[in-house]
Amino acid sequence: MTTADGILATTTPRDRQVWDFIRRNPTIVIGGTMLLLIALGAVFAPWIAGDPIVFKPVNRLKPPSDEFLLGTDSLGRDVFARTVYGARISLLVGLSVAAGSIVAGLFFGLVCGYYRRIDAAVMRLLDGIMAIPAILLAIALVSVMGSSVRVVIIAIIIPEIPRVTRLVRAVVLSVRELPYVDAARSSGARARKILLRHILPSTVPPLIVQATYICASAILTEAGLSFLGAGTPPEFPTWGNMIAQSRLYLASAPWTIFAPGACLALVVLSVNLLGDGLRDHLDPRLARRM
Amino acid sequence: MMAYIVRRLLATIPVMAIVGVFVFMLLHLTPGDPAAIIAGDNATPANIAAIRNRLGLDRPLHEQFLTWVWATVRGDLGISMFSNLPVTKLVLQRAEPTIALTTTTLIVAVSIAITVGVLAAWKAGSLLDRVVMAFAVMGFSVPVFVVGYLLVYFFSVKLRWLPVQGYVSIDQGLWPCLRNLILPSIALGLAYVALIARITRASMLEVLAEDYIRTANAKGVATGSVLMKHALKNAAVPIVTVIGIGVALLISGVVITESVFNIPGVGRLVVDAIARRDYPIIQGVMIIFSGVYVLVNLAVDIIYTFLDPRIRY
Repeated sequence: MTTADGILATTTPRDRQVWDFIRRNPTIVIGGTMLLLIALGAVFAPWIAGDPIVFKPVNRLKPPSDEFLLGTDSLGRDVFARTVYGARISLLVGLSVAAGSIVAGLFFGLVCGYYRRIDAAVMRLLDGIMAIPAILLAIALVSVMGSSVRVVIIAIIIPEIPRVTRLVRAVVLSVRELPYVDAARSSGARARKILLRHILPSTVPPLIVQATYICASAILTEAGLSFLGAGTPPEFPTWGNMIAQSRLYLASAPWTIFAPGACLALVVLSVNLLGDGLRDHLDPRLARRM
Repeated sequence: MMAYIVRRLLATIPVMAIVGVFVFMLLHLTPGDPAAIIAGDNATPANIAAIRNRLGLDRPLHEQFLTWVWATVRGDLGISMFSNLPVTKLVLQRAEPTIALTTTTLIVAVSIAITVGVLAAWKAGSLLDRVVMAFAVMGFSVPVFVVGYLLVYFFSVKLRWLPVQGYVSIDQGLWPCLRNLILPSIALGLAYVALIARITRASMLEVLAEDYIRTANAKGVATGSVLMKHALKNAAVPIVTVIGIGVALLISGVVITESVFNIPGVGRLVVDAIARRDYPIIQGVMIIFSGVYVLVNLAVDIIYTFLDPRIRY
């Protein structure tokens, strides 16, 4: 069985093994490398780019030049600086949503899969939440709770929870009847120990894959919400906000829209490639089907 | 058969009930006075009191909920805070562009996706297959509004082939209406095509490995007939499932697409409501879109029984 440890085991610094891994999993390497570069850019933003907030109306809508690599927007702000800083919010939202929905979904999924009595009730509740279009749920939550990065993260996590719960629950249901779990049960292990020691590990590989897809879709949703005016506060340099504020200048200053747009697509593409690669690597059976 | 349909229909009631509770509670779950939230930051106490009175927020919560449920069931989604018109009426006024956009996208996207998916599976490993799969990953990754602006920039601003934005009612003729829907449909449908093409390919690959496909090929059945009659029919259940689930993508996408292309549909209604804190509209559209999603997936469940006569719940 391959697990997360499998990756670590195959990336020991022996050249041949490394090369083998790259050859077999090109998407993990490509996606991972692009993502790493973007993450480094986000972390070291203050050293790479200028000030993303300061605006000089004199400089408004300047095309790309040596002074402004990607030109300026309608307020004369540096599009390159804003794009680099924009990666911070996108990655923060993507990672927080992935972590938050995995933790919550893992809890509900383990509990529902193992304790059959509360299963039906919780699953009906989650079915209801799944029926509400995620973006509308997020729009409603943000408009009630006010717009901040924290609220946006919570608003994107809630509609993801049912999907993770279903995934974890399906794994628990298939594993709980296996002989080794039976053996643990008959040797007197408590339910909590069985869940955490014997069942939880089986949920890890599919959850790692799921986490990458959630991360990608969370980045897209955050950008969509900001674009619609229901996301991060408008003064934040996020890619969605940048595109929303430049929509009137599509014909005259296309760089103001396509610079953040290209970065958005690139980040999501990297995360999706990483996810596809991890899926193929962690679950070859599933890979053949998709 | 009828009994099955009735049972599935009844099963949608608890789901919609939970949607209802959730949508109703949204405004009440948050700390603070819902009337004050609706009134906004610059409201006077008199404004707040007026809103509280008008929405019945001064009555006990369970009473408010029952009144709200009874009204919703009868199709009364409340009164818009901004325009003072019934939400149901506002939604119906805006329904045409949204229905036109989503149905065109649905039809075109499903036909393209299934064709492409079948071809990719048939020629698995070929250049065509690789291109289709690469396109599928791209389709998931480029956001609706970026695709939208790219299309507008090239086809409307640079080439001047198609209108930049707006909507022409179908009353003005079919072509003028469709002309305005071409770019929005492509933007909206891209992720949906990617999703369906991917599942079609996967499902077809599995079926094409079956013995009866080899038998059909061996006895000289024409390739087209093997692909469509023997394979696609048996690969259909997962494809139809994803078409149903993917409607959620279309619903989310339509809200953003209408904003990009300035189409006066239900999605725009919601987006305009955000800035105006017009909660009855947001709540009403949530109920309607959730209902559409539940109904589409009910239809999918019923289609199953035609596709696979073995399915009997």
